[in-house]
Amino acid sequence: MNDQMKPLLAIKDLHTRFHTLDGVVNAVDGVDFEVYRGETLGLVGESGCGKSVTALSILQLLRCPPAEIQGSIFFEDIDLLDLDREGIRKIRGNTISMIFQEPMTSLNPVLTIGEQISEAVRLHEGMTRQEAWRWTVNMLQMVQIPGPRARAREYPHKLSGGMRQRAMIAMALSCNPQLLLADEPTTALDVTIQAQIMNLMVGLKEEFRTAIVLITHDLGIIAEMASRVVVMYAGKVVEEAPIKELFKDPRHPYTQGLLGSIPVIGRKAQTGRRLQEIPGIVPNPLDMPVGCRFHPRCHKAMDVCKKEEPPMVLLGEHRRVNCWLEADCEGKE
Amino acid sequence: MTETTKTSADQTPDQPSASQFRRSWFKLKRNKVALIGGLLIFLYILTALLAPVLFPGNPSAPNLIMALETPSLKHPLGTDELGRSILGRIIYGSRVSLLIAIGAVSVGLIIGIPLGLISGYYGGKIDFILQRITDIMLAFPGFLLALGLVAVLGVGLKNAMVSVGIGMIPLYIRLVRGCTLSVREEVYVEAAKATGTRDTVILLRHILPNVMVPITVQTSLMMGMGILFAAGLGFLGIGVQPPTPEWGTMLSSGRSYLFHAPHVATFPGIAIFLAVLGFNLLGDGLRDALDPRFKL
Repeated sequence: MNDQMKPLLAIKDLHTRFHTLDGVVNAVDGVDFEVYRGETLGLVGESGCGKSVTALSILQLLRCPPAEIQGSIFFEDIDLLDLDREGIRKIRGNTISMIFQEPMTSLNPVLTIGEQISEAVRLHEGMTRQEAWRWTVNMLQMVQIPGPRARAREYPHKLSGGMRQRAMIAMALSCNPQLLLADEPTTALDVTIQAQIMNLMVGLKEEFRTAIVLITHDLGIIAEMASRVVVMYAGKVVEEAPIKELFKDPRHPYTQGLLGSIPVIGRKAQTGRRLQEIPGIVPNPLDMPVGCRFHPRCHKAMDVCKKEEPPMVLLGEHRRVNCWLEADCEGKE
Repeated sequence: MTETTKTSADQTPDQPSASQFRRSWFKLKRNKVALIGGLLIFLYILTALLAPVLFPGNPSAPNLIMALETPSLKHPLGTDELGRSILGRIIYGSRVSLLIAIGAVSVGLIIGIPLGLISGYYGGKIDFILQRITDIMLAFPGFLLALGLVAVLGVGLKNAMVSVGIGMIPLYIRLVRGCTLSVREEVYVEAAKATGTRDTVILLRHILPNVMVPITVQTSLMMGMGILFAAGLGFLGIGVQPPTPEWGTMLSSGRSYLFHAPHVATFPGIAIFLAVLGFNLLGDGLRDALDPRFKL
């Protein structure tokens, strides 16, 4: 239980900027959240809201310049942003690893699956080639790749998308990381494979007690996997809630919109209502709206929303929302 | 890769690397033009290797009585102004041009590839400085650069190799840098970084194999260029010095007898032409055969 109290990863006031020719893009603008051992945290938001950049900032996989990362990212007691190149390299793939969105392109076409996985193990665990190869075959078996011994010697183009993502998961988990950053791990896969991959990740998570940050825009996956959700919009955290509370009682109009836009089969027939959408698009990162960044798209927007940035209102443990509506409620009560 | 893989891979009937190689080989085999190129190169290299067997005598020993003979049974390609067999001198000359071409391409590869990789992968200041140096080198016509370098280094086989090779470095840097720029943005490079792979390992194991195809094609074309430049230096009298048989030198000395003994200059010219043609045809064929990987 003690483990649970102390966060494994604590991001505090993270700012990631990109210096472009058109100006400075604040892709991540003051994000903070925590991840605890063994839990699955969902990081949700539309495309371009800064979810992936947050993950890449944690492992410092962004090219600096043009990127500039500020704030602090505590992993246990170390601030990852204080580490030098060599320091962060030792963390990558060892204690924190990452799965990417594109299984088709995230494996090197000229190296066999086995070579790529055993490379990571040899690097961090200091195994010999033969030990690493045996370990690799084990890992492939663990992620339910049939005929792992033969598959390990094959090149990525021989595997299907689902297989490749399994291989990526095997690679990411090969050094027993404490934290796994999964950046839309199933977006490129079809639905039945999605379910298999998700089940696999849940199983492996329980086996290795790995914490997962699951980045996705698919609330269905979040509902199945995550225990807690952080909702991001335009580079900021707009709401955080335990999974059940979020689905039962979303407070931020943006979260409400996201939940309303999940298609339910037969809804139109039953209620006559069409699928709800959030009007408008994500604001231009070079020209963010003044006040609340969501106000141009918010049907509950008030005058104050257009002028001042909303405060972060704490509603309980791991329950917060960044909205003037809630601030008002608090004041009234 | 490892010993385990090797032994166990032997037991597997279908080996993916072999099938990929076979596919390219199959495409290359169907390309008649490339095959002709390959054949020319094969004959050329064979000639260079077997020169003493093919022509047992001394190709440089003069025999003035036989000077400027037209082709005959004894001298199939005739003799030059000193009565030396032109066939013999062409056979031995292939050694010199092949050595210069291989030496020059090696200089280009050994220096050009690492600099190209570093320039493309790291970018920033290193890239800027390397690219400006490359710009300056490319501003000289390649042959003029080689000529100038020979003037500085002096004549001789080694210096010819180095001079022609230095001219190839910027071409390799540009090519490798360009390919590295696109490969470094691939997700698998990011994924390799995310597993904590060292930069040197990323460069050598992840990026270099993915840029090998254009390098292979370029190298074939560069071999042709090397032969041509070697002959050019010889023609100007600043390459390999007589009496060593060298195609460019032969061409140059035959020039004086172009009207009453045209064979003296013609046959070395044909030799140069065929050798360069061989490498160019093979280079084009390789590009086509390896094409699907080209866009990776």
